[in-house]
Amino acid sequence: MASICFYFQVHQPYRIKRYRIQDVGQHSRYFDHQDQTNLNNRWILNKVSKKCYLPANELFIKLLRKYPELKISYSLSGVFLEQIRDWQPRVLRSFQALVATGQVEILAETYYHSLASLYSEQEFTDQIAQHRSIVKDLLGVEPRVFRNTELIYSDQIVAHIKKLGYLAMITEGADHILDWRSPNFLYQASESELPLLLKNYKLSDDIAFRFSSKDWSGYPLTAPKFAQWLSAINGSGELINLFMDYETFGEHQWQSTGIFEFLEALPGELLKHPDNDFITPSEVVERYEPIAKLSIPEPISWADVERDLSAWRSNSIQQQALEEIYSLESEVKKSQNNQLLTDWRRLQTSDHFYYMCTKWFADGDVHKYFNPYESPYEAYIAYANCLADLKLRLEEEQVNLSNQVSAMVQS
Amino acid sequence: MYGGPLKVLMFGWEFPPHNSGGLGTACYGLSTALASDHQLTFVLPRKLDLEHQYLNFEFGDREIDVQAVNSLLKAYADLNSYRAFLRGSLGNYGQSLLAEVERYSTQVEPIAQRVQPDIIHAHDWLSFGAGIKAKEATNRPLVAHVHATEFDRTGGTGVNQQVYNKEREGLEAADHVIAVSSFTKSTLVEHYGITPKKISVVHNGVLPDKPDRSQSLPFAKYKELGYKIVLFVGRVTIQKGPDYFLKTAKNVLSYLPKTIFLMVGSGDMAEQMINLSVELGISGNIFFPGFLRGQELHSIYQVADVFVMPSVSEPFGITPLEAMLNGVPVIISKQSGVAEVITHGFKADFWDIEEMTNQIVGVLKSGPLRQIMSKNGRRNAKVQTWKRAADKCAKIYQQVVRSS
Repeated sequence: MASICFYFQVHQPYRIKRYRIQDVGQHSRYFDHQDQTNLNNRWILNKVSKKCYLPANELFIKLLRKYPELKISYSLSGVFLEQIRDWQPRVLRSFQALVATGQVEILAETYYHSLASLYSEQEFTDQIAQHRSIVKDLLGVEPRVFRNTELIYSDQIVAHIKKLGYLAMITEGADHILDWRSPNFLYQASESELPLLLKNYKLSDDIAFRFSSKDWSGYPLTAPKFAQWLSAINGSGELINLFMDYETFGEHQWQSTGIFEFLEALPGELLKHPDNDFITPSEVVERYEPIAKLSIPEPISWADVERDLSAWRSNSIQQQALEEIYSLESEVKKSQNNQLLTDWRRLQTSDHFYYMCTKWFADGDVHKYFNPYESPYEAYIAYANCLADLKLRLEEEQVNLSNQVSAMVQS
Repeated sequence: MYGGPLKVLMFGWEFPPHNSGGLGTACYGLSTALASDHQLTFVLPRKLDLEHQYLNFEFGDREIDVQAVNSLLKAYADLNSYRAFLRGSLGNYGQSLLAEVERYSTQVEPIAQRVQPDIIHAHDWLSFGAGIKAKEATNRPLVAHVHATEFDRTGGTGVNQQVYNKEREGLEAADHVIAVSSFTKSTLVEHYGITPKKISVVHNGVLPDKPDRSQSLPFAKYKELGYKIVLFVGRVTIQKGPDYFLKTAKNVLSYLPKTIFLMVGSGDMAEQMINLSVELGISGNIFFPGFLRGQELHSIYQVADVFVMPSVSEPFGITPLEAMLNGVPVIISKQSGVAEVITHGFKADFWDIEEMTNQIVGVLKSGPLRQIMSKNGRRNAKVQTWKRAADKCAKIYQQVVRSS
């Protein structure tokens, strides 16, 4: 028996506009870029909704009705849910319809798709709780399995997730942790013994990255071919974890590549093999026993070939920006100013630090990765200016607070 | 013949340290790199003693045959500056710049006859006439190399029709045209009607310099006192946008008063810029060290915290690459050719004072940003070599020779 576990990541950050030094102290609208460019969050959401979220959701609803055996799971960031609630209610309704099929599991994550797990246990906990609450509100369910931002994982993080009561955690089946072992089994964390689902990155990336690549030996990837690859795992594995960004469907792989036709044909092809079935992460934990323990002291992720944290904190500007934003935690929380707290948290979204990455850019190849800014340096300056403004607001709060206190003392 | 060494007759401009701008640096960099594989005769105009019409001189250890021809032509000469040279000179020179261009071109004929080149290569319009004459005399193909056009030099205002005609004549007579950037190529297509197929882009290189670290650095006292230094290096002419630099300086000072601005270079707008700095009330924070070269220029790069090139129209622009080699973060005009090869720097429209202010303040405020830009910028500039440019030129020669 090989069980196929699909999990799709759905996320859109609040991108920072070109917030200049001239804006600091003048206004604090960091995220409201108005021109129709890749910094306009609403414009991007509308664009991706049309190309991906609406057609992909419609297709999955159809497939779930047609195949009652089909199961899929999603992780939707809190900032994504907020944006569709405010700007794309149709997309929200289609996710609600997906959940209503009973064949869809929703996973837990941090509300702000942040790196809080690496900097502050308290903030990490708060954001997970905030995410639970919006998922409950908008989708009516309570997640039981946790996936961290960009599948970032370490022994320390999993210990905390266990304390919070989650059933299992999802991460990357990185070569350097698995070595000779197969990702196609359930594992568990060495200390906390929490079950771990590991992404089969080869098969996942065949769809997510290579589907339309003409230089790839697997091209063209058809549903019968892919189903055959998966079925071949029967006997040598129990579980095939296919984890990818949901934007794969229609946004990264355009409609014209045939990605939707591929997806539509895939469940039928997989079910032709009697030993295949579909499973959600929490069902995995109920059905399978962990095959081995894994100790992962250094954080891993699903990003790039390195599968480490270098996409978000390998250079001096990323490190400085991260240290500075998290250094403000106690002051921001003391202020009890909700807008300040929200802005501070939106500035924690991992994408901001990703845009400052220079590791690919170092060879002068700008086109290797997506960046809505002209350069990582521009991304940093906009971010640094927001931080400067945020700090001004904090100072102002403190002055107001002490004025109130002295007024109270005098009266 | 294909692939083998070629006899190249090149019409260019004076090498450093006798140059007054990037054109001489470009001629030096390109011809020395080419000379390692090809046989080069380099002809340049130079004011010689009365008794000499020609002068043959050796050039270092490179096997370049350098021939000076007595002429008042100089890189960047324009109609006005020529009149000034002429007033201070004795000799049988042309009565106007255009007459001198014509006279120079007839003087080069005997050299061309003697060299019998495989290919002729002329740099910028002042030498296009010489290139055409040499082509006529030897029936060999001509490559016209464009480092700047009349549209760049005048910032788009007041293009001189006679100069334009001479430029166009050279471009049309050439068998192939080399532009220093895609930016310049599009000017040649749009304003000169040259077919894009006839134009290749060869980006300039930058020469690695050998710093003498024993020298004490200028403005050291300011650095000790915590001042940051913003640097402009270029001819102080309309093309280079010195006025935008000063207006940006005023804005930056409102955020970071402990900043000084250096405007290095000379040119016809120098006095106007000194007056402007007084008008803007920022003269206390601006220094005009004049034209610097060699070790002096190098020391200035060493102390700078950020380099700004706000050119209105810059066909290439080597100075930001020099700054990057010295580890200085750069902010460059989007209206420049060098923007095509710089990924590790900021870019802004030359008129966007607000954005340049934002970028300068951003760089000056952040040590980590300066550190990463310095490291990556050095790497970015290092690969931009004259060897790369020369190899591309050589390929073009081979193609032109084959099809002629």
